[in-house]
Amino acid sequence: MMSRSYLPHWMHLLGSPPVFYRFAGTLRPWLFWSALLLAAIGLYGGLVLAPADYQQGDAYRIIFIHVPCAWMSLFAYGCMAVAALVAMVWRVKLAEVIAMECAPVGAAFTLVTLITGSLWGKPMWGAWWTWDARLTSELVLLFLYLGVIGLDHAIEDRRRGARAASLLALVGVVNLPIVHYSVVWWNTLHQGSTVQLLGPSKIAPGMLWPLLTMALATHLYFFASVLNRTRVGLLAVEGGKEWARSIVAENAHA
Amino acid sequence: MNAPNAGAACRALLRREFTLAWRRRGEMLLPLLYAVIVATLFPFALGPDNALLARISGGVLLVTVLLAMLPSLESMFRGDLEDGSLEQLLLSPQPLPLLALVRILAHWSTTALPLVVATPLLALLLRLPSNVLPVLLVALLLATPLLALLGATLSALTAGARRSAILLSLMLLPLAVPVVIFAAGAVAAAQAGLPFLAPLSWLAAALVLALALAPFACAAALRIAIEA
Amino acid sequence: MHDWLAMGGYAQYVWPAYAVFFLVFAWDWLAPRFRRGRLLKELRGRLARERVRREKAAA
Repeated sequence: MMSRSYLPHWMHLLGSPPVFYRFAGTLRPWLFWSALLLAAIGLYGGLVLAPADYQQGDAYRIIFIHVPCAWMSLFAYGCMAVAALVAMVWRVKLAEVIAMECAPVGAAFTLVTLITGSLWGKPMWGAWWTWDARLTSELVLLFLYLGVIGLDHAIEDRRRGARAASLLALVGVVNLPIVHYSVVWWNTLHQGSTVQLLGPSKIAPGMLWPLLTMALATHLYFFASVLNRTRVGLLAVEGGKEWARSIVAENAHA
Repeated sequence: MNAPNAGAACRALLRREFTLAWRRRGEMLLPLLYAVIVATLFPFALGPDNALLARISGGVLLVTVLLAMLPSLESMFRGDLEDGSLEQLLLSPQPLPLLALVRILAHWSTTALPLVVATPLLALLLRLPSNVLPVLLVALLLATPLLALLGATLSALTAGARRSAILLSLMLLPLAVPVVIFAAGAVAAAQAGLPFLAPLSWLAAALVLALALAPFACAAALRIAIEA
Repeated sequence: MHDWLAMGGYAQYVWPAYAVFFLVFAWDWLAPRFRRGRLLKELRGRLARERVRREKAAA
């Protein structure tokens, strides 16, 4: 593998499944508990301390989960795409596993965005769903995630499935901006709903800091969850290897 | 290895595809039959209200053609994978993206082109205003190769997968959204007497982009499907 | 406290949203744990079968 030599040494080391497995195991609890702590602070700030919105009353409090999840749904896709690119170009086994484990977490964020958006939209628009550009793009994003997950699972061979799904994820990167642009155009053509949940960012500071805290918490949780999943994914792919056997032996009575 | 003429290889591949299609010419009629069935079901579901049918017929015909293209796309590479001719294609000295492009164009002209040709008949059934028909046909002539390029890439990805029929639809949906929006947008604009050139140009731009990128993605997907 | 739970009349929208948020991520965190358990069981079985086969070959 000539191309591997372009990577720095520490990446080589971390790219080795047993090393990454231990590294992820050490990092995971720190990320998880700090995410939980930040979420507790952010939600206290958002649900208790922040004042009610002068237009939307208390219904706007869904913002503290809806908007961070919407940001994360795109962030997770970006992470998946970067891992997929590394998997396709350098054929790093670890990158294949990470790309595939990003997908369910990203799909979870997208699903929560859609459901909370719907729960927010009902009192604001009087309907659970509207074909607004942002909602439609988010729905298409969910289908992209489901396609990646479905393709990964439909192919028997784990590594071949991961590579095929990685290619699909990269196709999605080209597709997403086109979808967004076309949906915006379609909306103006058909004079769709112009009500927006979020106006131009004239948000009070008492509302802003809980929102940013929640955004940080969801980022930390995303990394914790991907590490959590990647450990299991590595065990599944490397089941026959010596290091995986020793882990099986360590957990003999678990 | 001294590569023989790439043009000759493309011609040979085209001849093979057309011969295969001709031998199975009964199968070529199935998408048409499917489109006719879907298009005739709509008036029964919506009632024979001419004004309503005329209003929705453009969109209905687009979705019908898209759905009729799906089954043949899904099995596009299955036979080649099973009888080993896909491996021959990969082993040939010609660039694989070029061969993939030829293969896709041959597939488009044997499955999607008949659908486009039959569209005026379906448009008659659904009472599409006759001044809108040319726009619909141009939109279809741009949208169907685009869908064939995208669908073939996805079909190559699912070549080695189980239960790929639903999976292909799921994967194609996000890619088909912009195509349907611009194609139907052009038809709707023409119907409303508005300028329809912009959405058609966007479709054409997307087609050029897909012509440039999809053969490479398709080739990469075929390599993944073949490697052990 | 009661006022807070009522969420100014929007309780039926705000609380389900938060419930969905927590349920989805509880599933997201626990699902790999369960998968890990299944995987370890499977690998233990595979190791045991290999051991038996080796012992038979040695005998």
